[in-house]
Amino acid sequence: MAAITTSAPAAALNPIEQGMKEAFYAGVIAFGLFVLFIGLKTDQNISNELILVQRWGLLAIIVIIVMAVRFLYVAFALPALASRKAAKAAAPVVAAEPGFLGRNLSQISIVLLFLFPVVAIWLSGLQGSLKWIDNFGIQILIYVMLAWGLNIVVGLAGLLDLGYVAFYAVGAYAYALIGTYLYAVLPPEYAWMAFWILLPSAGIMAAFWGVILGFPVLRLRGDYLAIVTLAFGEIIRLVLINWREVTNGSAGISGIPKVEFFGWFTFNVSDPNYIAKVFELPTSSVYYKIFLYYLILLLCLLTAYVTIRLRRMPVGRAWEAMREDEIACRSLGINTTTTKLTAFATGAMFAGFAGSFFAARQGFVSPESFVFIESAIILAIVVLGGMGSLIGIAFAALAMIGGTEILRELQFLKQVFGPDFTPELYRMLLFGMAMVIVMLWKPRGFVGSREPTAFLRERRAVSASFTKEGHG
Amino acid sequence: MEYFIQQLVNGLTLGSIYGLIAIGYTMVYGIIGMINFAHGDIFMLGAFTALIVFLILGALFYSIPVVVALLIMMIVAMLLTSLYNWTIEKVAYRPLRGSFRLAPLITAIGMSIALSNFVQVTQGPRNKPIPPMVSRVYDIGGISVSLKQIIIVIVTVALLALFWYLVNKTSLGRAQRACEQDRKMAALLGVDVDRTISITFIMGASLAAVAGTLFLMYYGVVAFSDGFVPGVKAFTAAVLGGIGSLPGAVLGGLMIGFIESMWSAYFSIDYKDVAAFSILAIVLIFLPSGILGRPEVEKV
Repeated sequence: MAAITTSAPAAALNPIEQGMKEAFYAGVIAFGLFVLFIGLKTDQNISNELILVQRWGLLAIIVIIVMAVRFLYVAFALPALASRKAAKAAAPVVAAEPGFLGRNLSQISIVLLFLFPVVAIWLSGLQGSLKWIDNFGIQILIYVMLAWGLNIVVGLAGLLDLGYVAFYAVGAYAYALIGTYLYAVLPPEYAWMAFWILLPSAGIMAAFWGVILGFPVLRLRGDYLAIVTLAFGEIIRLVLINWREVTNGSAGISGIPKVEFFGWFTFNVSDPNYIAKVFELPTSSVYYKIFLYYLILLLCLLTAYVTIRLRRMPVGRAWEAMREDEIACRSLGINTTTTKLTAFATGAMFAGFAGSFFAARQGFVSPESFVFIESAIILAIVVLGGMGSLIGIAFAALAMIGGTEILRELQFLKQVFGPDFTPELYRMLLFGMAMVIVMLWKPRGFVGSREPTAFLRERRAVSASFTKEGHG
Repeated sequence: MEYFIQQLVNGLTLGSIYGLIAIGYTMVYGIIGMINFAHGDIFMLGAFTALIVFLILGALFYSIPVVVALLIMMIVAMLLTSLYNWTIEKVAYRPLRGSFRLAPLITAIGMSIALSNFVQVTQGPRNKPIPPMVSRVYDIGGISVSLKQIIIVIVTVALLALFWYLVNKTSLGRAQRACEQDRKMAALLGVDVDRTISITFIMGASLAAVAGTLFLMYYGVVAFSDGFVPGVKAFTAAVLGGIGSLPGAVLGGLMIGFIESMWSAYFSIDYKDVAAFSILAIVLIFLPSGILGRPEVEKV
């Protein structure tokens, strides 16, 4: 009998008893983990000495929650999952025909994205929409663009890059330093050109850095490549902090000029051709945000378009071939050196675009914005979305960035947990946990299949389980 | 010359701490081939546990011998930190064993973010200073050696001897080395692979906890974000010595310690982390198998 294994006695317990047992263990472990960190809090007293504050009630609540979750999971969720899996295995496999929504998902999303500011203003008024367009719309789209850029390096070429934020920093500082300078030296009627000159140049500069940093790591693969790129990212950040004469150190650069609409109208209230004066609208800062929203949306679409086109070009096919098997790739005569460098350069270029946009949007850059965690977040979005899948990545960015942004809005929790409760504090904690949970639940990301660009006779989606990653 | 020897002593102290953390990286990498990105934060948790135990001891006893206090801090930190690493391995890494290679790295990064923010949320974002525990300083021929430094070196050497014995002379160590060479074959020969991997994580965590306690004693301050940079440096040490090799991790730790203290002393203290990261990049590019590591053979 195959069923006789070492776990047979455990299997004999019914789910409820099993759940009780597991919940007890989980409670003991949770108590051990949290007894010092939640049960006690180190606080400074008036004379600046550390004292301990006791919080046993909170500890008890958390341990009970852990036990309850574990009990419900083992007693109810696991049997339910198992029976569903059995039912699925028993049922004949029917290839589900994607519905209207499934077939036109990208077109519908694009239309929705273009309508978003209009809807936001319609629902929450001119001033109320500011938050939605800026904190949600622009913020999420910046991450979508960065993740799509990184997707070229990680998802298509299979090069694991943990220092991607460095190129973002290059773009941001390029606009912050050169853009500010250009803005000052150009004659006023041409000053609007500063951003439009710097946007492509920042991309090119970042691409150049991509090649410079890509060159030494050509021989590395997998984890080692990841760690070296992490090191490069940190080196660039540390140089930005310490090279005070140029970058103003950790204080950052402020007063970066705003983007202007090709000299036609501007977004500075004091200017004669301020948008509200030109169009006789009420004065509001929301116009600038709406303009920036459409700008980043167009940049995102550009990234997507370029990615889709590149995948069909020889270089894109070389990237994907290299991801699958570098040695086979080389023996077929593909120059892996140029293939890798073009991947680094293209990915970095989009980060450069996003960086100069970021600098123009914030009006302020500092090394604080380019820490390792940012690279990790972008990589997490790419992996969680399903590497290589543009739409999956966009939804991952929406879930992860939008989800953590929405925490700022949950002020009603203050009424539940008391006035000291600040939901924002839990942003990164929840983000980290979400990374782990989503990874455990769907290791291949939200969209686990690929549309091949080259195929024999019929087009079939390839399960991502058959594609490799990160060996390049 | 005295200045140089002084820096050598400082480097030895730093290097001991890095070496202890590096062993955790190298053991885990050796056995399951993953970079345990959260290991730096495990080190930070060790330091924080030691801090809390220190405060508890201060609240319970009016005065307590420093050696006893340090010992209790160390043991509690080892136990708790091991429990953390054991749980993390069980929850976040084990289900992904055999999945694609990036998956555990992503969960490890997620765990690293979650752990440091967990400490930030529960203990507050500020630096946590403690009064100096050991303050005696000896003057040996013009070189000042503090008792703290002597304690660090002695504890490190003692622990390394113990771990060398565990890995090389016991059946547990044999099981570990077997899993490292061929996990499937080891399982077929009756080695409990899951248990061995769990114990590896526990060993790594307890060494990191000791490193954390020593770090707290040496610097007298810890913050929730203190895991990342020492973690990366210790990883550098592990790679420099040859990842997967225990003596290599210690050697690498010492080298990183020396390089860092010399760099701060003779060049610029601002750029000392740049130096550490540059060494990491240079070593990985030109000497990927490290000083004592075996070169990886690629099979087609």
